[in-house]
Amino acid sequence: MSGIIADNISSNSGLIKAPSAGVWVKISAVSASSSATVSFTSGLDSTYSKYCFIFNNIHPATNGVAFEFNLSTDGGSNYNVTKTSSFFKAYHDEADAGTHLGYASSADLAQSTSYQYLISSADSEGIGNDNDQNGVGYLHLFDPSNTTFVKHFISTIQYNQKDDYSINNRIAGYANTTSAIDAIQFKMSSGNIDAGIITLYGIN
Amino acid sequence: MSGIIAQNTANATGLIKAVAAGGAWTLLTTSTASASADISFASNIDSTYPIYLFEFINCHPSGSAVSFQVNFRDGSTAYDATKTTTKFEVYHKEDDSATSLAYATGDDIAQGTGSQRISIVGNDNDQSVSGSLYLFNPSSTTYVKHFLSRTHSYYGDAFAWSEFAAGYCNVTAAIDGVQFSFSSGNIDAGTIKLYGLGDS
Repeated sequence: MSGIIADNISSNSGLIKAPSAGVWVKISAVSASSSATVSFTSGLDSTYSKYCFIFNNIHPATNGVAFEFNLSTDGGSNYNVTKTSSFFKAYHDEADAGTHLGYASSADLAQSTSYQYLISSADSEGIGNDNDQNGVGYLHLFDPSNTTFVKHFISTIQYNQKDDYSINNRIAGYANTTSAIDAIQFKMSSGNIDAGIITLYGIN
Repeated sequence: MSGIIAQNTANATGLIKAVAAGGAWTLLTTSTASASADISFASNIDSTYPIYLFEFINCHPSGSAVSFQVNFRDGSTAYDATKTTTKFEVYHKEDDSATSLAYATGDDIAQGTGSQRISIVGNDNDQSVSGSLYLFNPSSTTYVKHFLSRTHSYYGDAFAWSEFAAGYCNVTAAIDGVQFSFSSGNIDAGTIKLYGLGDS
């Protein structure tokens, strides 16, 4: 490859050569600021076959709460899609008093329309709200506009538990619907999302 | 925006309009090892991007059965940030005689400053480790800095070995450098790429 197009491949403006498959394109970002919920009611459609939400510095207003999401098939009027999921986790505390790797039966869903935990508040494992505590991670949502198959999701979360544990959650499942998923909502189980950024990317 | 360029925005081939600034992964630098004691990223980790990604490709040790490891720099010249972490691993042997999924108690850190092990790997000619590590918001001076790593290696007597390390640098000072090394010996060969991802 040569010439102007080649010279411009790392630019953020003007004409560039189309990216190869697998390139991420930012669709939108929401910065929480004492927000009860963060919802994405646009941007999830058939443009991309895979979407990724990145969570950065998610900080709760309330100590020890869950961070969770639900899906919508009606543009965000209702967040109540049936889901079946799995959830396992590893933890280790700063005092080196406890470690664990195991399935979290209190955090999965079986044909439930409830919100899916990304961070569970069961077993005192909610996220802490000390000034320096926060959570990060990502959620992949596959082919949400497909009307033939169920819609799969895969998530990894890393956070500070309220009692100074490092916890790594691995969540996966499917929205058991053949209707298109066109909106998603994130929230804490109690209190606001005090701060944090959730960014939606489309992946070619 | 209108015309052919606008119509082509969702395509992966041909000419398209550039994506908005800060939208995609940006390759910042590539380091290639050649009998290197370590690979250190002493620049490029700053407030430009809120999320950084390191991709390891076929890192091959000079020593046998050594750990591939990472540490973080938090203001001084030393790579010694205090960390609390978790680590678990899964493996399967080529002859199908052994499998495991378990927490790796000896590889986690509780408020320690030593390097975090992220993989174990052999040094037969065809053995190596590949994988990735995400570092979130390293320039924050408010929050601790979380990281997530997943690796896969070819280890010892024919094991497929996958490891999951995660945790946080328990400091509010900015993380401005990251260093990869083996627990003993050199990085005989391998490539590590550093990407930045904008999120707002």
